[in-house]
Amino acid sequence: MQDTAIQSLDAFLQKVPYVRFLGMRVELAGDEMTAVLPFRQSLIGNPVLPALHGGVIGAFMELTALAQLSLTAPGQRVPKTIDITIEYLRSGRARDTYARAILRKVGRRVANVQVEAWQDSRSQPIAGLTGHFLMRNEEA
Amino acid sequence: MSDFNTAPLPERMLMAPHADALGLSLVSIEKGRGVMSAPWREELVGDPETGVIASGVVTALIDHTCGLAINSAMGEMTPIATLDLRIDYLRPAAPKTGVTAEAHAYRLTRTVGFVRAEAWDVERGDLVATAQAAFMLNTRAQPLKG
Repeated sequence: MQDTAIQSLDAFLQKVPYVRFLGMRVELAGDEMTAVLPFRQSLIGNPVLPALHGGVIGAFMELTALAQLSLTAPGQRVPKTIDITIEYLRSGRARDTYARAILRKVGRRVANVQVEAWQDSRSQPIAGLTGHFLMRNEEA
Repeated sequence: MSDFNTAPLPERMLMAPHADALGLSLVSIEKGRGVMSAPWREELVGDPETGVIASGVVTALIDHTCGLAINSAMGEMTPIATLDLRIDYLRPAAPKTGVTAEAHAYRLTRTVGFVRAEAWDVERGDLVATAQAAFMLNTRAQPLKG
């Protein structure tokens, strides 16, 4: 893993206030990144079940995509999200959540990223996201 | 949080801990429709260079407002679960500006609800995002009374 890539990722995680608001962090094993969303009461959407807010799970997966992009294309501004499709598979329980992103295509202008989030078992994902992101290497 | 089961819908929408954390407010509600707002705050910024609110906040606001629209359309409190949610981010919100979303539950079958939503920052006609979602109705999760 190149230093510039890690610096780029660190900058993304530390400079974006909303990342800190959610409490998201990442773990790196070489170039493989796992995003972690430690459980907090403030992330709950339904206190009766209880279940994580669907918007939190979607936002966490979107940030995972952006973090993975910052590793792969260091030195750029944070890409702009063009569109996302979130599929909810299971209710997110009151515990830590993990996510990994696959960059299916990183073009000069647009990236296509797929993210999967899970809790207890990687083989039982709670949600998936596919998104398009506008790369901003051409902008000042 | 035992009140959550019995609270009227408008109050319940604001009792969700994450709605409270974001500072969401209810603008209006009618059968099948709902409008909610998320205020701008420094800690919700997604692009530190411009001070624009994070798209994740827009996602959470839209998801929440879609739930409000479905619940108001059904006229009774039943548990629902989001199947999918697609959001197009038409443009960034204005810097240091909150976002408002309106959701319309335009079709309910016995098992599925379909919702469209729009979000804007300043002018209702100048959108920052559009969305389409589907919900499972009457899920097997613990029933909510009310």
